[in-house]
Amino acid sequence: MSNLITQNEIVTDDWALVNLPEVDQEVRKQAGKVVLFKLTGENTISAEQIANTQIPATGKTLVPLSVYLARKNEFAPRIAKQEIGIWLATHETLENLTKAEPNLNIFPLIAVYVERFADGRIFSIGNLLRTRYGFNNTLRAFGDVLRDQLFFLKRSGFDSYLIRADRSAEEALQSLKDFSQPYQGAVDDKQPVWRRVNRGQNNVA
Amino acid sequence: MYKYDQIDQQLVDERVAQYRDQVRRYLAGELSEDEFRPLRLQNGLYIQRHAPMLRIAVPYGMLSSRQLHKLADIATQYDRGYGHFSTRQNLQLNWPKLEDTPDILAELATVEMHAIQTSGNCIRNITTDQFAGVAPDEIIDPRAMAEVMRQWSTFHPEFALLPRKFKIAVSGTKQDRAIVQAHDIGMEFYRDAENKVAIKVWVGGGLGRTPILGTVIREHLEWQHALTYCEAIIRVYNLHGRRDNAYKARIKILAKALGIDEFRKQVEAEWLHLKDSPNTITEAELARVAQHFEAFDYASLPAHDASFDAAITSNAAFAAWAKRSVHPHKTSGYRAVTLSLKPHGKAPGDATSEQMHVIADLAAQYSFGELRVSHEQNLILADVKLSNLFAVWEKARAHGLATPNIGLLTDIICCPGGDFCSLANAKSIPIAQAIQMQFDNLDYLHDIGDIELNISGCMNACGHHHVGHIGILGVDKDGSEWYQVSIGGKQGNDASLATVIGPSFSAEEMPGVVQKLIEVYLKERSDEERFIDTVRRIGVAPFKAHVYATTAPKSEAAHV
Ligand code: HEM
Ligand code: SF4
Repeated sequence: MSNLITQNEIVTDDWALVNLPEVDQEVRKQAGKVVLFKLTGENTISAEQIANTQIPATGKTLVPLSVYLARKNEFAPRIAKQEIGIWLATHETLENLTKAEPNLNIFPLIAVYVERFADGRIFSIGNLLRTRYGFNNTLRAFGDVLRDQLFFLKRSGFDSYLIRADRSAEEALQSLKDFSQPYQGAVDDKQPVWRRVNRGQNNVA
Repeated sequence: MYKYDQIDQQLVDERVAQYRDQVRRYLAGELSEDEFRPLRLQNGLYIQRHAPMLRIAVPYGMLSSRQLHKLADIATQYDRGYGHFSTRQNLQLNWPKLEDTPDILAELATVEMHAIQTSGNCIRNITTDQFAGVAPDEIIDPRAMAEVMRQWSTFHPEFALLPRKFKIAVSGTKQDRAIVQAHDIGMEFYRDAENKVAIKVWVGGGLGRTPILGTVIREHLEWQHALTYCEAIIRVYNLHGRRDNAYKARIKILAKALGIDEFRKQVEAEWLHLKDSPNTITEAELARVAQHFEAFDYASLPAHDASFDAAITSNAAFAAWAKRSVHPHKTSGYRAVTLSLKPHGKAPGDATSEQMHVIADLAAQYSFGELRVSHEQNLILADVKLSNLFAVWEKARAHGLATPNIGLLTDIICCPGGDFCSLANAKSIPIAQAIQMQFDNLDYLHDIGDIELNISGCMNACGHHHVGHIGILGVDKDGSEWYQVSIGGKQGNDASLATVIGPSFSAEEMPGVVQKLIEVYLKERSDEERFIDTVRRIGVAPFKAHVYATTAPKSEAAHV
């Protein structure tokens, strides 16, 4: 059975995920961007890896951001057919993407890969994609995605969640409803509770 | 104080249900240890040496009598009949059972309490001055803003899993009592040139392994923007803070790595997008919350009370207590009172269930049914009539709550240390007890005067040893427990970090070492000089010389 939730329903996944070929050397992905890009300029993905990435010729294809950026021309005809989505990991910078593609809505799907449950960068990334960069299509979280993140992911602009394979998506659906009236404004509802309802008339419980 | 409406209540009730299910899944093996950890931590549940430890939130240190009665009952029913008040104004239970924690949270929810975000890598309890709302030197009562910020930070989706914990303190007085400079974000409320409420924002302070005092990131922020400005700071931190090394993950490390100017630039750039977004606080919302903190219906009383003055002259013990434990109040005829949780020879900050009931009753009878927890780990009755002070003292004294040592050497800030904490290098509570017994003479204590002694069992600095006038840090050397001593730390507006005096000492040496430090002070002090002033004037060297000249060299250089 499918482990993909999109728009509060379990649906089948019709996107083919493309991965970069494995390399032996250790990749320092967990470090914050400061360490990786700003202070040391270190790059995590080699040109060779990018060149060697195999892309299926047809069908809905989810391409790594780095591959898309390096080989953009290849994808142009398929972009027109709405069959190219991109995915990025939480340590990658959105600025590279938005510089290359000012209009993100050419992608029917953007997916963000979270390697560890505790990596909360995914929430800021979702927020920025929706609020700063105007992405309106499907925004998916995948990787170490467990039910207890879903409420936060939803509030940060995600509407699609590929639950980790060993867990039940059916059960995870419950967690989308963990809280009925959150306090602060966020992506899914920009109004904080005091603008949403009249708390003045809502006196003592 | 703030009272829940249906929205607040529903949220904590839903949290209990969510947590109950998480515990169920964990016990059923559906959640691994690693997966359960961040979930339980965000509900204040640590797994410690002997048992789990549950940290219950006391938002900005405010409690009602009803809540304290409930905490006492919980400590009786689910623990060993006592609780520990912490330096972050929370309450910790040392012996609950994991399986009971959902029920404990359900009990807490019945009195508008919870354990949300009391631990874990998220925005923690927001702390403030224990005398907020009653301090004569207060410019702005920070509690309404603290409550607005509490709500905003509760389950903030973007900041649910930060690189590391995130602590915010707010204060509205000239004399900072909330150590805003030792927090990830510190906010000092003041009135600007146009008499409008503004905020001075500090960022990147913190104790722990790398103690750093915060830097001002913005001198002037209009209060309406408090939340969006914090969002900008925390977003930069969330995206760029290190996640590969827990010891380098606090915002202080990021701010230092980037430099404050670059960090500020990034925050301001982010804020341009967030400024004036719907999380901007409205006058109406602040007013709605502020009405919960309106001044009580105080009686109009003269500045003096004959019965109080008479008791002071006739009863030396009462006078000694009043001198240390009674604090000025905005309103004529009223005082704030600190009840000492530091009786000599007991674990600092601990209160038994019986004591909690007594204090809750005192608050109900004499202080409008409210009380506060101070970060010095004592409890405060903030609104007591002068004429009632004697009655409060008698009752407090009968229950071991009136040791007249507030602000004195034995009012020790102390972490749970090796008796409870699995991260400890050394025990801290027995050191505190030994020092208290060494200085058990009250006249001597009063003669030594104002001094702060802080003890942490390891460099995580839960006991704030870096900002103690005397700081004691447990260090581990080949499996045995040693103590490193520093002096010259201070909290407040002129905060400073302490300097280590030299090689470490064994536990037995510690009371003697403190004694030696005090001897130097008593010899060198000029009139009215407090210990910290003397240290600042004459430096560390004379202290060092005396301590090491006369202490048998049981300790060695390797133990620094
Ligand atoms: C027994 C269980 C406890 C554990 C396992 C624990 C753990 C820690 C750790 C790991 C840190 C360092 C975090 C960092 O620097 O990133 C820390 C800091 C701290 N803890 Fe605790 N702690 C415990 C109890 C307490 C208690 C009882 C108090 C209050 C009395 C407390 C108050 C603090 C404070 C104020 C800090 C310093 C915050 C800062 O670095 O700015 N902790 N704790
Ligand atoms: S300072 Fe160290 S020993 Fe003390 S409570 Fe904190 S982590 Fe434990």
